[in-house]
Formats: sequence, C-alpha cells, structure tokens
Amino acid sequence: MLLQATGISKIYPGVTALDRIDFDLKAGEVHVLFGENGAGKSTMIGILSGLRSPDSGSLAVNDRPVRNLDPQKAREMGIAAVFQEFSLVPSLSVLDNIFLGREITRFGRIDRRAMARRARVVLDELGYDIPLHAMVAGLSRAHMQMVEIAKALIVDACVLILDEPTASLTDSEADQLLAVVHRLRERGVGIIYVSHRLREIRALADRITVLRSGTLVGTITGVDATEERLVEMMTGRKIDALFPEMRHRPKEVGLAVEGLSLADGRLTDIALTVRRGEAVGIAGLVGCGKSEVGRAVFGVERLSAGRVTVGGRAVRPRSPRQMLREGLCYFPSDRNAEGLALERPIVESCSMAALDLPHLGGSGWLRRSAENARVAEAMKRLALRPPAITAPVASLSGGNRQKVMLGRGLLRDLDVYIFDEPTVGIDVGAKVEVYRFIADLVEAGAAVLIISSELPEILALSNRIYVMHEGRIVRELEGKDATEANVLTGFFGREERAHAPAAHAAGAVEVRAWA
Amino acid sequence: MGVSRGALAAPMDTGILRVALRIGVAPILIVVLVGAMALVEPRFFSRLNIINILRNFSFLSMIAIGQMLVMIVGGFDMCVGAVMALASVSGAMTMGAALVAFPDLPVWLVCLAGVMVALGVGTLAGLVNGLLVIGLRISPFMGTLGMMSALGGLALFFTRGVPITTVPREFVSDLGRGMWLGLPLIVWIVAGVILLAWWVMEQTAGGRHLYAAGGNPQAARASGIASGRVVTSAYMASGLLAAGAGILMTARVGSGQPILGSTAAIESIAAAVLGGVSLRGGIGRVTRVVTAALFLAILSNVLNLARVDSKWQTLILGIAVILAVLIELKASRRSDNE
Repeated sequence: MLLQATGISKIYPGVTALDRIDFDLKAGEVHVLFGENGAGKSTMIGILSGLRSPDSGSLAVNDRPVRNLDPQKAREMGIAAVFQEFSLVPSLSVLDNIFLGREITRFGRIDRRAMARRARVVLDELGYDIPLHAMVAGLSRAHMQMVEIAKALIVDACVLILDEPTASLTDSEADQLLAVVHRLRERGVGIIYVSHRLREIRALADRITVLRSGTLVGTITGVDATEERLVEMMTGRKIDALFPEMRHRPKEVGLAVEGLSLADGRLTDIALTVRRGEAVGIAGLVGCGKSEVGRAVFGVERLSAGRVTVGGRAVRPRSPRQMLREGLCYFPSDRNAEGLALERPIVESCSMAALDLPHLGGSGWLRRSAENARVAEAMKRLALRPPAITAPVASLSGGNRQKVMLGRGLLRDLDVYIFDEPTVGIDVGAKVEVYRFIADLVEAGAAVLIISSELPEILALSNRIYVMHEGRIVRELEGKDATEANVLTGFFGREERAHAPAAHAAGAVEVRAWA
Repeated sequence: MGVSRGALAAPMDTGILRVALRIGVAPILIVVLVGAMALVEPRFFSRLNIINILRNFSFLSMIAIGQMLVMIVGGFDMCVGAVMALASVSGAMTMGAALVAFPDLPVWLVCLAGVMVALGVGTLAGLVNGLLVIGLRISPFMGTLGMMSALGGLALFFTRGVPITTVPREFVSDLGRGMWLGLPLIVWIVAGVILLAWWVMEQTAGGRHLYAAGGNPQAARASGIASGRVVTSAYMASGLLAAGAGILMTARVGSGQPILGSTAAIESIAAAVLGGVSLRGGIGRVTRVVTAALFLAILSNVLNLARVDSKWQTLILGIAVILAVLIELKASRRSDNE
C-alpha cells in the first residue's frame, strides 16, 4: 500500500472536522475523495500532505508508519499536492514559484537556466503556455492553477494529491490535465483526486471514498459509481428532500439594477431584476464577479455607473448602513471575515445591523431586553443549536454561524435579501434549514437574490437564473431553459447574451461616473 | 488558453507615477536634489562634503538593509537603534577590559575581540526578536519595541549613561578615520556588505525563501520551507547589521556611546519604505533600499548646508515617510485590481 491512513480524527473548536476516517491509496490508481463543501475533504488532504496534524489516528507511507508528518517530510517521501487555496507567492515569478523550496543551485547561486529547462519540459507535457518570468500576482486564476499543477509535477512524486484542480480551468485545459493524470497513473503514481465534477469522476476514478460532515460514508469502485448513488451517499438523503418546494409568485419589482459597472472594471453593464415573491439565482465560476454584484448593490464596492431601485425607490448604493435602511440586506460569503464578531456573544452579532432601530437602540440607549427577546425569537425560528444566545459566535459550527448571520434579516423589515454562497462550509442539516428559510422568505413576498457556486442549489431554488462570465451577465434562463447544461455553457461565456434582461423601474436615477 | 484577467486590466498610468512605481522615487529625487545644488550651492560638491555624505549613507544603508530583510518577512525591527548602542558599548567595554587584563596582546586582537563581542550581542538580540515573534507569536512591532526599551536600558545600566572611552587609539585612527583609495575605509566595508546582501537576496535560494516566507507564509510552508527559521534568521541578520553599524560608529567617534541610534528605527524604516519595501512583506530590493538611503543622506546634508534647524529636519523626514507609504499603498491597490 502506497499510503494508508487509519482512524484519522481532527477536531476544531466547535466542529469535528474528521471522525475516525480510514483511507488508503495503491500505486497506479486514482482514488477520488468525494463530498460536499465542508465534508472534510480539505482537512483530510491537508493531513495527508503534512500541512495539518491529526488529533488521533496513524499514517503509513509505503507500509512504514510515519509520525509527525510535515510538508517538508511529505515532499521528501514523494507526496506532492496541488491545493485549492493557492500555495503560490504572488511577489515571485512563475519559475521561482515552481521551484520554491527545491531550487537548483550551482556554487550557492540559483541556476535559472537549468530551472527553466526543467520547467519547460513539465509545462510542455501539460500543454500549458505560461511565461516563466511573469510575476504570479499578475496571472489569471486559471494560469495560477496551472503553475500550481506544474509545481507539483516538477518532482517525481509517487503520491499526487489534486484538490479540485480543474475548478478554474476551461474544459480543454481540464482535458489536458486529465490526460496527464492518466499517464501518471500508468507510470504507477498513486493519485488522490478531490472533485465533485461527475464528468471527471467518471473519466478517472478507480475508487471513490465519500465523506459527509467529517464521517466516512463508504468507499465504492469507479464502476459502481452512478450519479444517484454518489449524490445519495454525499447528502445522506435523496436529493429532492434536500430542497424545499419553492412556491414563486412573482409580483412587483423588488430590486432592479441597470447598467451597473464597477470603478475597477470587475463588473460591466450588469442588468437584472428580482421581483417580490420570487428567488433569482446568479451562477458562474469563481472570480466571474457574481459576488461583486451583491456587494455593489449593498454599497460595499465603488460603482462607476449604474441605476439601482429598491422597492420602486431609486437609490445610490453608498454604504451598507444606507442600504439596510432602504430595506436591502446582503449576507456575505465569508461569514468569519465580513459577517460576524467571532469573540462576541451571538446576540450582538445578530443584532449588530439593527441597533439603529428605535425599539432596539436608536435612541442612543440599548434596550437589552428587547434585543435579547428579538434575537432569541429569530434564533428559535432558524433552529440554532444550542439555543444559548449569550455564547460567543466562535463556539458555533459553520452552519450555526450562518444562522446567526441570517438572523439579522429577521430583525429588520426588509424587502430584498441577497445571499452570497449561503451554504458554503455548512453541514447538510443546516443547509436544509437555510433553504427552508429562503423558501419562507419567498413565500412571505420578499425579493430574494441567491449568488452561489453550488449549481444544484441555484437550479432548485431559483425561479430565474442569470449566468455570469468575466464580470458580465451572459445568459438569463427561465423555466424549461434553466437546466444544468445551459448554465454550464454560460460559465465559459460561449454563448452571447441571450437577450437583454428587462429592468424598467420608474424614476431610476442616472448615476454615471460618481466616485 | 483561458482568458486572463491580467490581460484585460488597464495599462498603468503614464508619466511620472509609472516611472516612480518601476524604479522607485529615490533616484528621481536624487537627481532633482543634486541638480538644484549644482545651481545654488557649490560647497555641496566639495570633496569633504561628499565624503561626509558617503559616510552617513554607509551607516544608514547598513541598518536599512537589516530593516528591509525584516520587513520582507512581514515584520518590523524597532530596536535597531538600541542594538547599535548596546553593540557600541559592549564592544568598547570589551576592548577596555582586554587592554587592562592582557596588556601584551597585539592591539588588532583586542579590537577584533571587541568587534566580535559587539556583533555577537547584536545577533543574539536578533535571535531573541525572532523567538518573540515566531515562538511566542508576539506582534513584531510590539516585540521589537519592547526589546528597544530593554536593550537601551541595558546599555545605560552597563555604562551608567557615561560614554566608554577605553577604545584603543588605533581602532579609531585605522578603522574609523582610515582611508583607502581616497575613500573612508568605512565606506568600502559597507560597500562589501551591500554587495553581499544583494547577492544573497538576488542569487541564492536563501533569498528566495526570505521573499516566499514574507510573500505567502502558508505557501512557503507548503513548499517545505521552514519559514519560522527563515523569519528568525532575518531578525538575526538585522541585529548583526545594526551591531555592525554601531561598531563602525564607535570607531568613528572613538567611544562606546549608550545613547547611539535614537533615530535609527525611523530612518531605516523611511529608507526601506522609500525604497519600495512592502509593509505587507514579500517585496523589497537591496538596490532600491540603498538608493533610498543615499537620498536620505543627501537630503539631510542639503538641509544642513541650507542651515535648516534639525527639528525641522525631523519633521521633513516624518512627512517623507508618510508620502512614501501613500505611494506604496497606491501601488499595492493597483496590483490588487489586476
């Protein structure tokens, strides 16, 4: 056995990331690690590559037990990894990054020419054309991904770990990578492949191990892996039970955006409408600008042009404070960095955005009892577990943290709700509750905009879908057209804009070029 | 090929700002300053004045390089001045004690012993800084600020605040005032140090690792680099360089000075920032920092020639630092948007 992990556990404050996981890898096989976001895949490969140390369990490489694995030891033993969060140094060149930690030197001096020769060999095999002397900071995400892959392949690895390596590649770039993976497998390299793209899993997998919320669901062979089986293993229930029934009843326009562009060029000419009583989705690859739409409308990003109307009133988004008062709320994707005060009690994080209301703190005095009562009510509705609202947010799991943030939406009267990656990093149980929450809002007549990289989520919850590519809306899909295939083609900007989305709101104010 | 965002990004502004971002503001400012002096102040170009500038430049560029190393790994070294003082004092005291204890020892050996003790003290101080920052996870600013007070106190305690005058005469005449090929020996020594620093940072794997540890610590770790050790060695190098500057200063003034280097921290940070070192780590080049140090040395000389009060000079230095940080901010926003 090339690599064997037995009884691996990892506990973070408030979350069991991994619970007694067994995993093994043979020479010359592709072993896919499959599971939802937050299932523990990243933690698992972090442990196998020495980046994180397990709290219990044992590792063996080539049938020899290994203690205290660290990245350096892992590399010496021939374990190479391509991580999802890039392990590149932006201020160094491509070449320096590829050879980082294993520079070729002559008499103490870095031998750039020898390094460039070897790098060319690897890049040619991959068929990637990247300027070796460019700074990594200036590369696109796809190019960074390619550098990352080249960096792992520069050594003759016996174990190669690939963490969603194709996430930001086009299909043809991904195909080249898959061909290389095939060749490496024939050479006897063991490959751990993390992905939730079924196309790749079908093309590659010899075995598939499924994780769910940090527990091992099971290991199946590639031949037995049907889509239904995998999804069922991944979610622990039939997929239709995961999503609530959405009853969209589109009424008047709740949010309308027209001609919106950002000062730094990340968004160009965005136009969309969300009606009361419907949920609208924005889909697109990482970095396509879908988050920025929510942020721009909420007044976090600097607009260069655009008209925004909320509930029929024309507004110029300048700050979140102002947009909240206009009745629009945005739930950021990075809860820990942008949403919550981790060390403070739950009640404070939840009421933070509503303290200007007269019945909570608008008079200058905080009304603690009213605050507690409103937050407790909101947390009850969202089924926070445990329901102790005085505990610090940091003590909660990802799903419960999300509930605290969503609770903010219940403390004010709002017309428009924007969810940015509402279920990233939370467990299935909490997902169901978040979806239920969204469905209830829609039913109650709110306008809901869902920005998500989880395609099933977008497909199941949305009445209409906008697809974004490179900062523009490239497609608008509705009804029968809203299929996975149609959304995916839009991801790569293949299709020209289907038709100009209609957004007509009376009295919209022209706000071109205010900075 | 995937469509690259970088390729779509707008080209940089034209004009002075673009040049400034590429080569740094310091060379432009030097040209402006020297040009102005050519018009109004012939004394500026006298041999003695130029030697004076070079000497001050030498002391400053030495601590500025140390400061740059620490800033590249994402830190600060606030205690360079205190290290200079402690090195100066301990070197001078060692020489004095050696002269008394072994009167027959050749003078060069006495001096060498003093220099080694001074450099050792500086390196040790750097090691402590590194351990505070890496081992105990104290923020670099606070850790080295605390060390600044502690080491400064130590220097005052050993000397009771009085300069140590037991330095051998030859140490001053041969090293401090020595000349070689028409330039002070000190300038030659520092030139060697600059060359060595440039070689390490630009040509060796160690230099790469320093940039990596500051540019993206997680990436450095994932690449098998012992980033803790790299960061600690940057602090040790800074301590060593500050001690070197301290001992050269001792040779220059002829006594161990417990109050040396009171403005060393701000001046070295000014040189580093003017030289384009990023406050966020990962970016900084020896050539540019040394050029910035040269500019600051010329600026202070020009202000002296123009009889500007030293209090005003401190004010001008402060404004220069703030302007340099503003330019750096603009540059980093630009690269974030790409």
